Amino acid sequence: MLTDMDLRGLRVAITGGTSGLGLALVRLLVARGAQVAFVARTAHAVERIANETGACGIVGDIGRKEDIYSVALQVSGNLGGLDALINSASTLGPTPLVPLADTECEELEQALIINLLGPFRLTKALFGALAASAQEGRGAAVINISSDAAVNAYSSWGAYGASKAALRHLTAIWAKEAEAEGVAFLSIDPGDMDTPLHALAVPGADPTTLLRPEEAAAEIVRSLLAALPSQAARPVAVHP
Amino acid sequence: MIGAKRPDRRSAKLLTVDADGGMRQLPRAALASLFSPGDLVIANDAATLPASLKGIHCASGEPIEVRLAAWVSIRDPTRFAAIAFGGGDHRTPTEDRMLPPSLSPGDRLTLGPLVAIVEHPLDDPRLFRLRFLGDRATVLAGLARHGRPIQYAHVPEPLALWEVWTRIAADPIAFEPPSAGFAFDWHTRRVWRQRGIGFATLTHAAGISSTGHPELDLRLPFDEPYRIPEHTAATIRRAKTKDHRIIAIGTTVVRALESAANADGSVRAEDGVSSGRIGRETPLRVVDAILTGVHQRGESHFELLRAFADDAVLDQISEALGQHGYRPHEFGDSILIERHPCIARHYPTPNGGPTDNQRSCKGEIHRWFERQIYVGLSGAFAEVRRQMTLRGGGAP
Repeated sequence: MLTDMDLRGLRVAITGGTSGLGLALVRLLVARGAQVAFVARTAHAVERIANETGACGIVGDIGRKEDIYSVALQVSGNLGGLDALINSASTLGPTPLVPLADTECEELEQALIINLLGPFRLTKALFGALAASAQEGRGAAVINISSDAAVNAYSSWGAYGASKAALRHLTAIWAKEAEAEGVAFLSIDPGDMDTPLHALAVPGADPTTLLRPEEAAAEIVRSLLAALPSQAARPVAVHP
Repeated sequence: MIGAKRPDRRSAKLLTVDADGGMRQLPRAALASLFSPGDLVIANDAATLPASLKGIHCASGEPIEVRLAAWVSIRDPTRFAAIAFGGGDHRTPTEDRMLPPSLSPGDRLTLGPLVAIVEHPLDDPRLFRLRFLGDRATVLAGLARHGRPIQYAHVPEPLALWEVWTRIAADPIAFEPPSAGFAFDWHTRRVWRQRGIGFATLTHAAGISSTGHPELDLRLPFDEPYRIPEHTAATIRRAKTKDHRIIAIGTTVVRALESAANADGSVRAEDGVSSGRIGRETPLRVVDAILTGVHQRGESHFELLRAFADDAVLDQISEALGQHGYRPHEFGDSILIERHPCIARHYPTPNGGPTDNQRSCKGEIHRWFERQIYVGLSGAFAEVRRQMTLRGGGAP
């Protein structure tokens, strides 16, 4: 049972940590004892969630190249290393959703920057830390949050679907390349959740038909733990 | 020699120098095809802090540039030893930079979003200890937002943090990039793995390479903390047992490994501090070859090469580098030097003189034999060094 699981010593970074699935992951991982750093754009929201959870809040925009290494520096510096990165921050692209023929080039570009380039850049910046963790026998994993829109062609989901499909394939290739280094790469589709992002995409959807983000977060943490060696190999990091 | 302005991973060159002084010129990408199965490459995975901070010395209202230069307590980002300059920036050669305003204990420095307090000046007007106000997360956020990589006049354009992180950059504890590591990439790692060549990392807080003041520069490198993981120590032990070579990527790796060396050439898994310079008199107990950047005579990095090659070979290397336009500095080309078999025994005998073998060595003696000679003595030197460290020698 996840509720019994002791995650002390596990060092996790989560993007999009002040809302929806990212926030549920922050709360769950902190509650289980993990050392968590989360990233989000809005300073006051970061401060609020940091105060609420005790996790380390980092203000940064995954869509800005200039922010990526600053974020990586703070993740590694605050956690003393990194065992898992969860790229959860996402954008829908244009909202309300529109057909591709009505999508501005800049809107598609922006979706690719946040949903594809952002996770690529941050993973690359933190790959050394993840490889170091794997070398030490702690294991390491990157989880990229995907969607069924990455696999199925849904009308009006062009910018989101194309960017998530690219992320899914990037994850699959990286998984092959990083296997020998001991860094696992997972692409996880959490399903339709009752989150602000889903409300933007499908206004008026019945929340009772949707997964609670807390349930999806629990499933993701289970997958993460399955990708890592047992807790015994993971000593609790001590910070001065 | 003209330095490269940016990391140039695709067209960089490599000069290899074997144990007998034989040289080959290769593209640096050929690194993947070097070494023999069983050999072990060790790299420094320290990430580089944006350690240059501009701001104002509140007492005088004068501009100041603070360069974080050494840890007071490793991984506590609220306290550092630092050097300071007055106005101006890295485009002025360091030796021509203005002195900072006079610093007194308790002086406040506003450095972008950060506030630092001068704890106390050290024994040079540029050198002092500071304490940032705020906790770890606040200070790291301030450094990330306001700090810039330390850089020098040969690279006039401002560097971004991603330009000073190597491919394996992990723990942000270095003040300047462990730049020999720019030669490493994950493709090379993959080919090495296929060829049976091992790879492991340690973390060493590479320090500043220049203060602009000759007397201060003589004290470089300052004490540098390092961490050798258990996995790396075990991998080295296995390689040594089978008499495979240990190849260090960069001088920081040599410093860490030789600081943690046991008499039998294995290393301790430990958090330690490397102090003092490695040079001609330093017995190398662990490292058999070094991959490093192109350095010039007088630089501490060049002096370290004397532990690997004698003066005649170093002269030939300097000549070849100049003749063939090898680029110096952190983004330049690379040299790989195998330790000359005789070099390891360049240290005094118990009565202070050179050994007979050292006088007569022609380079043909088996490595096993030379190891037996210095095993006992090097252990004694290590103990002396440890005692000196315990007494606090060398820390800025």
